[in-house]
Amino acid sequence: MAYSDKVLDHYNNPRNVGALDKSNEDVGTGVVGAPECGDVMKLQIKVEGDRIVDAKFKTFGCGSAIASSSLATEWVKGKTLDEASTIRNTEIVQELSLPPVKIHCSVLAEDAIKAAIADYKKKTDTGTSSSEKVKQEAP
Amino acid sequence: MKLPVYLDYQATTPVDPRVLETMLPYFSDDFGNAASRNHSFGWSAESAVTKAREQIASLIGASPKEIIFTSGSTEAINLAIKGTAQMYGSKGKHIITSLAEHKAVLDTCKHIEKLGFEVTYLKPDKAGRVGVEKVAEAIREDTILVALIWANNEVGTLNPIREIGALCHERDTLFFTDATQAVGKVAVDVEKDNVDMLCLSAHKIYGPKGTGAFYVRRRKPRVRLVAQIDGGGHERGMRSGTLNVPGIVGLGRACEICEAELEEEMARAAELRDYLEEKIRAELDMVHLNGHEKHHLPGNLNLSFSYVEGESLLMGMDDVAVSSGSACTSASLEPSHVLRSMDVGDDLAHSSIRFGIGRFTTKEEVDYAADKLIAAVKRLRQMSPLYEMALEGIDPSSVDWQGGH
Repeated sequence: MAYSDKVLDHYNNPRNVGALDKSNEDVGTGVVGAPECGDVMKLQIKVEGDRIVDAKFKTFGCGSAIASSSLATEWVKGKTLDEASTIRNTEIVQELSLPPVKIHCSVLAEDAIKAAIADYKKKTDTGTSSSEKVKQEAP
Repeated sequence: MKLPVYLDYQATTPVDPRVLETMLPYFSDDFGNAASRNHSFGWSAESAVTKAREQIASLIGASPKEIIFTSGSTEAINLAIKGTAQMYGSKGKHIITSLAEHKAVLDTCKHIEKLGFEVTYLKPDKAGRVGVEKVAEAIREDTILVALIWANNEVGTLNPIREIGALCHERDTLFFTDATQAVGKVAVDVEKDNVDMLCLSAHKIYGPKGTGAFYVRRRKPRVRLVAQIDGGGHERGMRSGTLNVPGIVGLGRACEICEAELEEEMARAAELRDYLEEKIRAELDMVHLNGHEKHHLPGNLNLSFSYVEGESLLMGMDDVAVSSGSACTSASLEPSHVLRSMDVGDDLAHSSIRFGIGRFTTKEEVDYAADKLIAAVKRLRQMSPLYEMALEGIDPSSVDWQGGH
């Protein structure tokens, strides 16, 4: 199978590979996929206010999966959480010229963005309540 | 060194220049039909075919009369299984095969199941081998055929053919082996190895594509088959159709070369294979061998690299031709059925790479491929969330993964 130039570019020069400290309150982490399916994506976002200021990924998967997650980190950076949630897998398919058998890679990338945002939101909710709890317990 | 490097000799092989040279006159000057009995063009073609039959028979220890020309192994497999089922169906309707067979065998078995036959699919052990005891347990009164691969095309594991053949003769059932990967790579002798039917393909042994041979035993026992292609009654009535004379001449010559150089080639391939494995293991951890440590084809090496997906690994080795058991590289989008049958987890099946070393492989090429592979695995592990987990002490296989695709 021939890969598109953009897939090859992201595979050879992936953007934003790495990890953010997932215990930090301003970091949201999304892990989607499963090893037995051949794809696992971990996408992390760092949020200030409601804007994504940094994003990192690590992916176990085919070249198209790596390219999809690399592109996703590029796209979410600088966006607000609401803007990032509107990214659709079809846009990733179009940008990377993914063939039909690789559409699931783009779906996974969209899921990873959503999961990271959800994790951040959940964390900031429970984060507030747990710090309140600490305050209550403190003498 | 010429790039790309070809290390996929199980898929196919280049035609040996000596084979090509032998074939060429039969396209133009000696173009006769081997079935033309009344002129010199036909006689010349027939004599070339006769010689090829002898060369093939000699390589596998058969009599030339027991060789039937086919278009390749897939056709021979269809004839062996369907032909046996139709000829001996009144005696019994049970056939034994394994889960690690080539799709040509599995799909043909699926077909005859629909016609009312019962097929037992034996599960190989973790190294991909079907033990003789397993076959012994499965044979019944109504078993008419045991069909097992000699050397597995993915993992290179060799089945104990001689013992299984002896068992089949003792229990009065026919034994067919798909020896497509074995012939020309390891010693094959249909008499000593107790084989009743065997198929081989020219393009796996440095001959042309589209040509194969099918061995059918003539005595003790005499195997009879119902032909699957009817026509002029060529090839003892078992396979009609004008013979592919240039292809057959090439196959004959290819067999002759294999016979003359077998031991030397085996030693050379085994040395390069072991060298490749050692070189990879010296640089990488968490490398798993798929296949048997001892009973394997000399030039086959199938490894899984934990936490790295096979297709992305192939992309990182862009000027090395190898294959992967990853679903992403298969038409069916399923990981290799052979690795699954050996209980290799789907995660490791996705991470498998098959290297095939052949006649024209050089040490320089092996070094090049190994270096490319090692660099790609290291790079991809750096971006693998699973490798990260493993380094943190979390076993990714213990995680409850949800929402997989």
